[in-house]
Amino acid sequence: MIRWLVGLIGVSLVGAGLAVTQALAADPTEIGIGYLGVAGTRSTLSLVEQPAENDGVAGARLAVEDNNTTGKFLNQRFKLEERRLKEGEDPVQAAAALAEHNGFIIADLPADALLKVADGLRDRGTLLFNAGAIDERLRETDCHANVIHVAPTRSMLADALGQYLVWKRWPRWLLVVGSHDEDKLYADALRRAAARFGAKIVQERTFEDTGGARRTDSGVTLIQRQMPVFTQQAPAYDVLVAADESEVFGAYLPYRTWDPRPVAGSAGLVPRSWDAAQDQWGAIQMQNRFMKLNSRRMTALDMQAWTAARMIGEATSRTNSGDVKKVTDFIKGPDFSVAAFKGTRLTLRDWNLQLRQPILLVDGRMVVSVSPQEGFLHQVSELDTLGYDRPESKCKLK
Amino acid sequence: MQVEMSIVMRRSRCRDGAPPLPLAGEGWGEGISATKIPQEERALSRIASHDAIRPPPQAGEVKTARGRTLRMLGTALPVALALVAAPAHAFIAYVSNEKSNTVTVIDTDSWTVTKTIKVGQRPRGIDFTRDGKFVMVAVGDDDTIQVIDAKTQGIVDTLPSGPDPELFAQDAAGKVLYVANENDNTVTVIDLEKRARIGDIQVGVEPEGMTISPDGKTLINTSETTNMAHFIDTNSRQIVANVLVDARPRFAEFKHDSSELWVSSEIGGTVSIIDPKKHEVIGKVTFEIPGLRREAIQPVGIGMTKDDKTAFIALGPANRIAVVDTATRKVTKYLLVGQRVWHMAFTPDEKYLLTTNGVSNDVSVIDVAAQKVIKTIQVGELPWGIAIAP
Repeated sequence: MIRWLVGLIGVSLVGAGLAVTQALAADPTEIGIGYLGVAGTRSTLSLVEQPAENDGVAGARLAVEDNNTTGKFLNQRFKLEERRLKEGEDPVQAAAALAEHNGFIIADLPADALLKVADGLRDRGTLLFNAGAIDERLRETDCHANVIHVAPTRSMLADALGQYLVWKRWPRWLLVVGSHDEDKLYADALRRAAARFGAKIVQERTFEDTGGARRTDSGVTLIQRQMPVFTQQAPAYDVLVAADESEVFGAYLPYRTWDPRPVAGSAGLVPRSWDAAQDQWGAIQMQNRFMKLNSRRMTALDMQAWTAARMIGEATSRTNSGDVKKVTDFIKGPDFSVAAFKGTRLTLRDWNLQLRQPILLVDGRMVVSVSPQEGFLHQVSELDTLGYDRPESKCKLK
Repeated sequence: MQVEMSIVMRRSRCRDGAPPLPLAGEGWGEGISATKIPQEERALSRIASHDAIRPPPQAGEVKTARGRTLRMLGTALPVALALVAAPAHAFIAYVSNEKSNTVTVIDTDSWTVTKTIKVGQRPRGIDFTRDGKFVMVAVGDDDTIQVIDAKTQGIVDTLPSGPDPELFAQDAAGKVLYVANENDNTVTVIDLEKRARIGDIQVGVEPEGMTISPDGKTLINTSETTNMAHFIDTNSRQIVANVLVDARPRFAEFKHDSSELWVSSEIGGTVSIIDPKKHEVIGKVTFEIPGLRREAIQPVGIGMTKDDKTAFIALGPANRIAVVDTATRKVTKYLLVGQRVWHMAFTPDEKYLLTTNGVSNDVSVIDVAAQKVIKTIQVGELPWGIAIAP
């Protein structure tokens, strides 16, 4: 009984002390962020490019830590709930389960699954962030008012590369396209970029995927014979541009072309939203934080998920609210912008909810350049020289 | 052959540090908007640099306040005059060069570089101790603050700054130093006499800007990713208030009368004016430069005249210093300086304001009264911070 009394006095004393910082004494506003991805990782030609199991979500985790540091001062607390879809699992059900506790969901899903989820959650008011899919149609004919696109599009990536190649005065491209659908879509984007910026595709070749293992013990010998033969007798060209999202041949091309030419696109000089080598504009601090938290370097997908979670944190701190509707309206509104270590503020294209962003051109070791390139002008934002612009857009948000 | 090689190598070194101006009709595509100078501004820039190469006064030649030139005869007289004139003219400026790992020493009488001091890696924040005897320079990549003896101009000591120090502030007595540690969300507190770490304060993500109120009671820290100015009681070392400002706040400066705190937001493109008593944003300075995209305007360093009437704000890749009337909070003039202007310092007589221009590797000298750029001085690679002897 005495102990109970003493305890009570103790509690009331602490209570009096806290009265000064009343705001902090109240229960913090909880902001739930879901992360929905697919289980397993895809195979890459290069072992060093092999994604980690937590590719993407690791970035979201760091952003949630960053948000929570800020949240301390605003009495907001962020939580991250991760869900991985197994083969054949219904994405809508999984998303609905996540949406029970989370007003915001960061999705790293293929286009079709993302569309199903967007339709399935339409009436719930959950805001989706597309962190992984670069498909144009998600921002065009299939655009949704409840999906914010943080990942860049194929056309943004292709334009970023195209601007640089034209600036570098390498206007004659030999385009090599893989035989899968995504490869063809990327080739479409590269053709569009060539036409927009005055480059010329001198010839196109298709690299058929005949199957087979990506890793074999005697692989190099064969590749060293195949690639020069595949690229011989090309018309005069400045740069070989490869469209190989499927990881079938792109990485085999550098140093193996018949003519001594640089390679760009899916290998060599690659356009990406982010790279482990990016250290400009204060990025080094974030790269260090990421390394400390995840014991590995940061990928483009990590950055896209980081940016999505930071957009949520930015909006909750600006609105001083955890209300999903309020935060969503602010993100879609004209005053929203987010800083993401790319030297400029990132804003949303209001016509299709795509995040405007500079694109890095990287070679696996260094950031070679950052697009948009100088001289590519635009009446609204130079970032809109990358990808489909407002007048071309087929999106009707609903 | 060897000669050719070395030229090529030097050129490429210059490239990865700071891109030279683009050739006619050509861009320099590193995504550094600093090099984007519209046509009519190039003309301006030529005029400015023409101005800048105007030779300094000859030795034995002194400009009087009325602008007349006194020519001295013999050698004894100039020495005597120099002794008299020295307090009004000759100051020593120290510039930290982020890329070349050096500190450049500039004589403000002759406007020449008198010494280049090798320091640790990535020197940025730089300031004098209150007694004027030492210069402290934060060398972020070496996780320390080096101390330069102002007399011998050599490094004599280091301070336990905590990891990745960038900017710092000291109390009025010059006894306590507060350092922003960008890498681990803390402010480290150092006893300057004992050169010992005596505490730390947890703040927001990527602490950067540091300043202390004129009465020494409030320390301000800005955090770049949290986007706040944190008000810290220097007695209790507790945060007493947090004020949200626009994106990536980098620098904070009090008015000398303590009535206002100005905080620059690099990505937000604004300067927030905060009432330090109410902890509220009471106004914002915005910028608009014809022919320049809004994104290229990235405010960083702030300098306030002693009468608090005029503020100078460095606009980063906009290559300009904005002159702001603090009463109306409006920009009255934009002064074209070098590329990517970071920080600035007044000479103690407030006749001149020196700015560090990161990408063009130089320091611009502004005549404060005339509000004109009068000179450019080449320093090391990527000059960042600047301090002038009191």
